[in-house]
Amino acid sequence: MADFECEKCKKIIDLDIFLKNFKVCPNCNYHYSLNSEERIKLIADEGSFNEIAANIKSIDFLNFTDSKPYKERIIESQKKSGISEAIITGYAKTGGFNIALGVMDFNFMGGSMGSVVGERIKLLADLSIEKKVPLILICSSGGARMQEGIVSLMQMAKTVSAINKVKENKILYISVITNPTTGGVSASFATIADIIIAEPQALFCFAGPRVVKQTIKKELPSDFGLSERNLRNGQIDLIVNRKDLKEKIINILKLFLN
Amino acid sequence: MNDELRNENESMQGLYDNLSKISLFKKIKFLSKLNFAKAKANIIFKIKNLKKDTRIAERAWRIVELSRNEKRPKTTDYIKNIFDDFIELSGDRLSSDDKAITTGLGKINGRTVAIIGHNKGKDIKERIEYNFGMPNPSGYRKSQRIMELADKFNFPVITFIDTPGANPAIEAEDSGQASAIAKSIELMFKLKVPTIVVLIGEGGSGGALALAIGNYIMMLENSTYSVISPEGCAAILWKDQSATKQAAAMLKLTAKDMLNLNVIDKIIHEPKGGAQNDPERMIKILKDNLIIVLSKFDGLNGEDLKIQRSNKFESLGFFEK
Repeated sequence: MADFECEKCKKIIDLDIFLKNFKVCPNCNYHYSLNSEERIKLIADEGSFNEIAANIKSIDFLNFTDSKPYKERIIESQKKSGISEAIITGYAKTGGFNIALGVMDFNFMGGSMGSVVGERIKLLADLSIEKKVPLILICSSGGARMQEGIVSLMQMAKTVSAINKVKENKILYISVITNPTTGGVSASFATIADIIIAEPQALFCFAGPRVVKQTIKKELPSDFGLSERNLRNGQIDLIVNRKDLKEKIINILKLFLN
Repeated sequence: MNDELRNENESMQGLYDNLSKISLFKKIKFLSKLNFAKAKANIIFKIKNLKKDTRIAERAWRIVELSRNEKRPKTTDYIKNIFDDFIELSGDRLSSDDKAITTGLGKINGRTVAIIGHNKGKDIKERIEYNFGMPNPSGYRKSQRIMELADKFNFPVITFIDTPGANPAIEAEDSGQASAIAKSIELMFKLKVPTIVVLIGEGGSGGALALAIGNYIMMLENSTYSVISPEGCAAILWKDQSATKQAAAMLKLTAKDMLNLNVIDKIIHEPKGGAQNDPERMIKILKDNLIIVLSKFDGLNGEDLKIQRSNKFESLGFFEK
């Protein structure tokens, strides 16, 4: 069918094969980003996902206007991404196991974390405790949502507090790092997981490459912040190819839940 | 394109130009019958608003500058002059000792407390030694060690926040900056002792928050707390460094803003013109406040302290339901 050039390896790729391969380049294994709907399809058993907290929506409580009012950005993002916010949360099954699943979506304002992302994660963590089911968060975010000022920073604390309770209740928490996961999300709920899985070549760092490069005024190593380097440096547990992700999660759940 | 037009037309110069165009039009005979009053009033209204915005931006920026003032009392000044029998404790017990954060134990009003604070340094030599108050993961891990020690012996934890942010460097990333910050936040939610946070200067992003999970959070009048520096915000959102002051105003980073947003519990007033004008008095004011706040938490049990802390942070956020 239609062909396109892989932006990473520049090889011409057959679109059909690419899509069947979960949007992974069959030549160089570069993992293109998935939206939340595709992600849910990948992880959750068919038809098992029941969204919660969909009614919680962003408001522009600071009257924040940069080159565009925040109000407009929210509406535009909702139109562009077709979803209500940068994370979709719900109750689901994977391999028959009940789970509390949250999936971030980079298409919604770069997956940035504001009040809604914080509140939805908190409610999901509460659900995981109430139902005694493992919590799984698929991360993808540029960091905190600046348009919510300090309140976006506070969502780091809010999510960590809520998830800390999941952990204190001895309920398993798995985070999956997808490209990119940086800033406030990386330095909060993404890294306090019992098990951290990353997709290959996913950028996962606190300070992004641009900031670090500007600060140290030197070229960065080509694998700066990437999964393979993070694995070497002891920052993540394992790297899993997208096509094996569901199976690997089920494998882990079996170990914890018998 | 629309944005550009709007910005261009609504700059101060643009508005004044429009105003003078109107007076020109009035002089043209065949236009003189048209009523320009409404258009004129509209422009004057916009000029007033813009002047107000500029004033607000200047005010926010003045506080940003004050919060970074080199002469302001630093963590080390507060430690030296508030606590008796202070002893500095060093090292993360893994690989190094990060000078960007000072930790130790001391007494205040006869009671032993753990003290953790960012160090910015007073002169260029100190600033380099302390890495301008930008901690590496090791600094947060040292802090965690001290918090655990405090928890074990039932010492309240007092933190002083003064950092532009965590160190953005390759080695910092390689040794887990993100997880060190996250772990600090998590640990602070577990502590069964009171945690008292004081923002004394610059509260820069995650690097500040890592030490700022308080049962009680105080902020000096001219300190700031922000998700990103105004410079960084202007560069990312406006793509224009000249929008820095505007960004400072938009971010709502002053102590007053924090109180309005329920992020802090109290503003501590500074000597006239700022803490740098009378450091001695500033230290005295803070000491008095710390003694009062510590006594508030007397008799509360560890579980209640934990619940108070998590309720406080989990209630932060504004959204539509």
